[in-house]
Formats: sequence, C-alpha cells, structure tokens
Amino acid sequence: MQEYDLVVIGGGPAGLAAAVAAKEQGIENILILEREAKLGGILNQCIHNGFGLHVFKEELTGPEYAYRFINMIEDKFIRYKTETMVIDLSKDKLITAVNKTDGIFTIQAKAVILAMGCRERPRGALNIPGARCSGIFTAGTAQKFVNIEGMMPGKSIVILGSGDIGLIMARRMTLEGAHVKAVVELMPYSAGLTRNIVQCLDDYDIPLKLNHTVTNIVGKDRLEGVYIAPVDENRNPIPNEEEYIPCDTLLLSVGLLPENELSKKATVKLSPLTGGAEVDEGRETNVDGIFACGNVLHVHDLVDHVTEESYIAGNAAARYLKGLQKQSKKIEVKAKDGARYVVPKFISPENIETDLELSFRVRDIYKDHYVSVYFDETRVAHQKKKILTPGEMQTVKVTAEMLNAHTHCNEISIQVEKE
Amino acid sequence: MYDVAIIGAGITGMSIARELSKYDLKVCVLEKEVDIAMGTTKANSAIVHAGFDAKPGTLKAKLNAKANSMFDQLSKDLDFHFRRNGSLVLCFDEKDMDHLRDLMEQGIQNGVPDLVILDKAAVLAMEPNLSEDVVAALYAPTGGIVCPYEMAIGMAENAYENGVEFFFENTVLDIQKLNNGYALITDKNTFKSKLVVNAAGVYSDKMNNFVSSSKLSIIPRRGEYCVFDKEVGSYVDKTIFQLPTKLGKGVLVTPTVDGNLLIGPNAVDIDDKDDLTTTRIGLDEILRKASLSIKKMPSHAIIASFTGLRARTEADDFIIGEVPDAKGFINAAGIESPGLTCAPFIGAMVKEFIVEMLHPLEKSNFNPLRKGIHHFLEMTNEERKALIKQDPAYGKIVCRCETVSEGEILSAIHRPLGATTLDGIKRRTRAGSGRCQAGFCMTRVLDILSRELEIKRTEVTKFGGESKLLVGKNKQDV
Amino acid sequence: MDQKALVCIGCPLGCRLEVTLENSEVLRVTGQSCRKGKTYAIKECTNPTRILTTTVEVENGFLEVASIKTEKDIPKDKLFDCIKELKKVRLTAPIHIGDIVVANIADTGVNIIATTNCEALDT
Repeated sequence: MQEYDLVVIGGGPAGLAAAVAAKEQGIENILILEREAKLGGILNQCIHNGFGLHVFKEELTGPEYAYRFINMIEDKFIRYKTETMVIDLSKDKLITAVNKTDGIFTIQAKAVILAMGCRERPRGALNIPGARCSGIFTAGTAQKFVNIEGMMPGKSIVILGSGDIGLIMARRMTLEGAHVKAVVELMPYSAGLTRNIVQCLDDYDIPLKLNHTVTNIVGKDRLEGVYIAPVDENRNPIPNEEEYIPCDTLLLSVGLLPENELSKKATVKLSPLTGGAEVDEGRETNVDGIFACGNVLHVHDLVDHVTEESYIAGNAAARYLKGLQKQSKKIEVKAKDGARYVVPKFISPENIETDLELSFRVRDIYKDHYVSVYFDETRVAHQKKKILTPGEMQTVKVTAEMLNAHTHCNEISIQVEKE
Repeated sequence: MYDVAIIGAGITGMSIARELSKYDLKVCVLEKEVDIAMGTTKANSAIVHAGFDAKPGTLKAKLNAKANSMFDQLSKDLDFHFRRNGSLVLCFDEKDMDHLRDLMEQGIQNGVPDLVILDKAAVLAMEPNLSEDVVAALYAPTGGIVCPYEMAIGMAENAYENGVEFFFENTVLDIQKLNNGYALITDKNTFKSKLVVNAAGVYSDKMNNFVSSSKLSIIPRRGEYCVFDKEVGSYVDKTIFQLPTKLGKGVLVTPTVDGNLLIGPNAVDIDDKDDLTTTRIGLDEILRKASLSIKKMPSHAIIASFTGLRARTEADDFIIGEVPDAKGFINAAGIESPGLTCAPFIGAMVKEFIVEMLHPLEKSNFNPLRKGIHHFLEMTNEERKALIKQDPAYGKIVCRCETVSEGEILSAIHRPLGATTLDGIKRRTRAGSGRCQAGFCMTRVLDILSRELEIKRTEVTKFGGESKLLVGKNKQDV
Repeated sequence: MDQKALVCIGCPLGCRLEVTLENSEVLRVTGQSCRKGKTYAIKECTNPTRILTTTVEVENGFLEVASIKTEKDIPKDKLFDCIKELKKVRLTAPIHIGDIVVANIADTGVNIIATTNCEALDT
C-alpha cells in the first residue's frame, strides 16, 4: 500500500489548482489521480476562448488554460498518474484505484480532495419520448467528437438547452460545416452568457426558441427529425402547437450533475440543492480530511471560479495536514427566498482570517433587487444588483468584522430582496 | 442443404438452436438484424414468471412452472445472471380478495409451488417501500429475474460453439416448398433446409403465411418501460405486480438482475411491427400506475425509457408445432409473456418434434457449458489483480458508470458471434447502460469498435443498418 | 439613415440597443444602461471582430486534430474564409502552444496559432 499526505482525485482544472495550492503551502507528498491519458480534464475539449480573464488577466482557450496549470504541476514536481480510475474511497481515506500498469492498488491518504467534476444529464433524465435511434448526443459527447477527434456527429442539428455548452456547440457545429436549425430552451431565458447568445447564435442566424421543448423524436435507424412545442407557465408542452423540424442530430445540453459516486462511498453528505457535498469555508466535507472543489461540489459557469475555489480547498487541506484547522463551532449558511443555494454550507468563524466569499445562485431573473446577508435576524449587508440571473453564479462577501461582531450567531442567510 | 433452418435469433430461436446443437444436425439461424436478441427479447419485463398467471389448459399454463424450474441449472451452464427474487401480486381492496385467492388457486392448478397469501403487515415487513394501501398480496417465491439478452446471447454462443451456423442481416423475403424441404430466400442469399423453425417473433405470422393456408395474424402490442438508476435499484426486492382489476392489468415494479429498477409496461395494440417509439402518454401512464404500488416514485432517478413489442395472437396462447398443411415447417409463434420464461421449455419441445422427424444421433462432444465475459464490476480485487496481470486491458476502465474495462469490450467483440455495434457492446458488457447513458464511453467504445473491426469510424453503428454515429470529418461540408 | 438592433454583451443585463447609422457611421445609440453599451454598439456597427477557434488535422501526432485560434480578433465576415483556408491545412507533430500554423490567414494580417501541445508518434 502506498501512502500520501494528499491525494487529489481528478486532474481537471479543480484538481490541478488544488494540488498547486497545497504544494505552495508546503505539502510535499501529493498525488493526483486522473482517468484520462492527460491532465486538464474537460478543458482539453473546450477549445473556444473566454477562459482565464480573472486568473491570468488574459483571454485563453481551454487547452491553453489547462497547460498553464499542467506546467505548474510539472515545475513543482507534483506526482500524478493518468489513465487511472479510482474505484473506491473509504471514509478513512483509503483509495482503491486501477490502471493497466499497476493493476489494482490502494493508497492511504491523510487528506483527500474530491475533484471529479460533473457529468451531463442524458435524454432519460428528461424522459423525452420517441424513437431510440442514433443521432442523439449530449453536447459534451459531440464536443469531444468534433474537438478531440475531428469528427462530425451530424449535418443538420437541433440543440435542446441553451446553457453555455449548448450555445458553444451551436457555433462549433456551424463553423465545421453543419446547419444548426434551432436552439430550444424550456425556460423563458437562456442559462448562457449574453455574449454567447450573440456570438454563437446571432452571428450565425441560429434561432433561439425560448419557452419551447422537444416533445418527440422521430427516426428509424438515424434521427430524422424532432417535434418541438411551446410550453405553458408550468413548463408543460401546449398540445396542438407542435412544429416538426427535420434534422439528423439532436444535441442535449440540459444540465450538469456533480459526479459524487465516490463521495457517497466515503459517506460524504451531499446537498440535495447542489448535488455536491455540504462543505465548510475550507471546502471540507462532513468527513474529516476529505475536501471537495470545482464542479463536483457545485456546477460553475467559469473555470476561473473553479480555480479560485480549488485554491481555497488546497490551502485548507494544507492547513488540515499541518494541524492548523481548529475544531470549533460551525454556523450554518442558508439560502433563502430568491437564493437557491449557497456554498459553503457551514462557516467556522475561528478558522477565518480574512474576508470570505459566499457563492450562490438565484432562483429566477431579478432586476434591481438587493442581495442581503443576515446574521440571524440582523441584516449586515445589502447590495443593489442591476440584474441577477440563475445562469450566473453570484458572490457576496462576509468580512472578518461581521463575524467578530456576531460570534454567537446561529445562522447566516442570503436573501434576494426587493428593497 | 441444412437439416434445420431457424428464423429469428431471439430467445425462442436461440433456445431451439441450442437444443438442436446437441444433435448431429446441420442447423442455421437466419436473422434480419445485425445481432442476437434485437426484437422482443431486448425489451420486455425480464421476468421469470412463477406461472400463476396463465389460464389452466393453455400451453402457457402447461409450460410456465416447468420452464421456471429449468433456470437454476441453465443459468449456471450458460453463465448468465438469474436471481430467484420472488414475486408479489398486490391487492389494494378487500373486495378483490376473492380474485387474489382465485389467482392462487390457478397457480396451484398450474403447478406453481409454495404460493402463499400474505396479509398487509407481512407484505410491508417483506417490502417496506410498498404503498400503505396494500391489503394483501400473493407471494410466489419461485418468481425470478433474468437479463433476457444476456440469456439469449449465452444460448447463441453455446449453440455456435456446438456447430450452429448464423447468418445476420438476412431478412427472409419468401419461403418456397421444395420436394425435400424448403427454400428460404433472403435479401442476401437462398438457404435450403429440410425443416424450418419459425421463431420470427412479431413477424412469425408473415413466415407462417408464406407456406400455410391457415393464416396467422400477429398484432404487435406495445409496452413501454422506464429504467431507473442503480441508486434506487433496491427500492423493492421482489417483483411487484398489481392484481388485475376492472381498470386493467396494472404495471409492475421490479429490480432488474443488473441492479436497476424497472417499471412498466402498458399495453397498446399497434400496426407497425418496427415501431419502438415511446410516447408521452404511455410513459405518463406507467409512472402513474406504478406509483400505486410504492410509497414514492423516484422519478428523479429515471435514466432511460424504452418500448418493447409483444407478439400477440388472437388465440392468446403460444402456437407451437408443425403446421398441418406445411410438413416440416414448425411454428414457435405468438411467443408473448411468459415467453421468456417458457423459452427453455419451448426449445426442448421443438427439439422433440425434430428428433422424431429426423432421428438424428446425439453428439458425443456436445459442450453444454458457456463462459460469459468476466465482469470487472463483479470481481474481487484479488481476481481483478490476477486478470489485469494476465491482460492489462482489464486495467483500463472504459465505462465509468458500470465500471466496464477495455478487456470486457475486447472480449465482447472477439468472442464467438461478437458485438459489431455500440448496442451489441452494451448488451454484452453494460458499457453505456448506466446513469450517463454512454455520454462518457460512447467515443471510447466507438474508437475501439473501429480499431478492432478495422472499419472507419463513420461506419460504426448504434445497432446496424443506417444507425451510424458519425457523418464525416470536420469542415468536410464547408 | 439605418436602424440596427443589437444586444449588448457587456454584462448579463443584455441591453437591447437601437443604433442609428448613416453611411456606416453611428449617429446615435439608445437602450443602453451604461457606457459599455455605446462603445460596444459603435464597434459592432463599424468593425465587428471575433476570435476564431477551430481545429486542423494533424499527421504523426498523438492527437488527430489540434486546436487553434486566431492570434487576435479578425473581421467577423472573414470567419468562413479562414475556415475554408484551414480545411486544407495539415500539421505535422510535434506541435506546441503558440506555434504559428498559418501566417496572415485569409489576408487578415492575423496569424493562426496552435492552442495545444501535441507530441509526435515517432521522433
């Protein structure tokens, strides 16, 4: 059995940044386990630009962003194993992994950072009726075919879901010679960035059908077309208003789910709101010495935010390993009213040295609303926001002073308020 | 000239093929699809029925309980998954208790062992997630679950190893009587055979009607299902039926032998024998009806839905035997539920007919055993270690959700009657049948198929025909 | 005078801008909530540019295609000219981030550069 101070499960942007941060804090004995042949995770197939504006102050493509971190890993001599799948993790931080050369092997870690990312929701999760022909792909699968293998999954495309992956793929497929006939969105708004709507759809005259969904899939062997229909206020398709769109491909961009199968094996408690672990300010889970960051914790919009969160987890893991984390009272953080979820879920004031950022998402679109922070019944922050959208992760600051002033507080809450 | 030509590589045809492979006979299987188990066999409830359901006097009733008892040995010989989990028929109304007792009585007449009626407390003690509305249930401990395509593939591989020849993508377009047998004309070739076995599923009427004046009519009956994530795979342990009432037959809730939860089916007669679409109405119906049996429908955990077609006849029974006006043409038609359960017995029955007609010798070298693919997921770490040492491909995980290794994929391709399509890989290894539904492994499996079969990636299909996955290279159409 | 409708991409607000143009010159912008709106509208109406990211085929590499981009933004109406030119390009591994793949693509004065590393199969 091998022993490591810190094992990072997943060599994507979260895992790489967490490992870099821990190493910078003096943790020497680190191992990253990655299932793909190379580090970088999903960034390797995100060949579009728009990454890195926060972290590197320049605009990079996904692979370029990944290589910045891969180079850091190499320069810092952080060890990693690729083409290695972790198949078990116990709450005592015993890891079982497998690859071709080592076979099955176990590692005892003193601390573990979960950085397994997320997966896409498949067709079944929506239970879209119709044919079970070929030509139906998740947007990410199509992205891998096109960007990594250079192969086109279809010629005439309908995309269901207008999150950023769906929008990005609309442009990618168009540039590579396919005809994207429509992007269909169940909600009255897109979950994607405005910039992507303009530059991925409007630039190529691709219609965005808001308040619509795919109601039926037609085809024998290969997809021949889909029916789409407008939906009512309860998101149910309106009968008799269906429209048939011939196409050979349906791409699904209908949401991402944090991939927490290993976390469950380690008895990590998961939040029904995020699908990820319930963590404290250092991104430590309920299981002593097991941390989580990136999309396995909650789905992010920007890799820059993943990096920032992973630095936090890496730093906290280092503090944990050095015995600097204090066991102290934890205050629960709650998302209320217009706020859907907030990360972290717990704060230990004694471990906070500087200001703390809370990340949250809102339930709906709010214009000219206030984001408020309450310590029990006391409002300590009240910020006006021109716009809040569910697609854009928000942050709000909790300062050391606030925490010091409310040491006996039982609950911190975030609320979206009209005034 | 073949001794026997079997039309159809579903569970019925494969059971017959395997039985015949015990004899010194030249046997071929003609299948219109690209693989085994592509019709009714791939999409049904996957239940080994105890046998209380069929009306006494019918073939279904005669065969069911006997066939049920064959599964323990058969699943060992052919190395397929089978579990005798038992089944419950739920009664929700005191007024229906007579019907429940009648059902038990019918089961006893049909030879089903160990039937017992349990009261509400006993039922809920056995299955705590069942609805509080249950008043009693008929418990049949011999009920079981099986993977139908794995079973059919196991039979096919064993039949092949014992000399049966297979011809896929051969659609029988016509059957002509010859002096000494039949000529089966397919879209690829003509096969001559002394005897013909019609195991063509929903198309068995068409095959019968080529040679007989007593016409058959198979009405495909659609049944829709939802499959749930393994996360809720043990929500119930037994197969949960609902007592048929005036309102209909009800739908079942059952664990699958692979560890998922399955609900369905509804029953809608349709015209198109190739229509495997699911419908909004149908899916809603099964979810609504299944909800009656359990405390809470775990709708969030649905990972796939599918449709199967039952080969229903007006006679509402199996049609097994030589066609009176077509000597040497044997029907195994109308094999709807409990057809999967009865398949091993039907195989033995049809074999008996053929042995009487042709008097073949038994093979001395018949090998009754077939070894399945080593499933990484089911091995101990010691077994995994040993296997990876022998073949490192078992150390590379290709399908994340079901933990399927590259070694299993390679075995699925290179074993007898190996997989040539994505679905073929899925049915043999479960790669792609998990919670992400191939989002992760599709690109990998496609690459492996292309490499191993030495075909272009654009030629790889999901299930044969035109079900291709890739259309060309980037910028090809710019 | 021409009217043109745009959606500002400066922030998630996505202000709907009305631009009044005369002889391709922006006379007036309305609908914006901040200064970004006008700057964006003028740029979009007079000289819209984009970064192009795509792939090119690779020979003798661990990758089958390499990801690439325009080093700077290029005129929007040149995107497909670039794609057509890139269709013919075949790179030979090894490839490094920043390598110039095509100089002065489609006469834009902008180079195409590699955005990934790709080792050669045999070196």
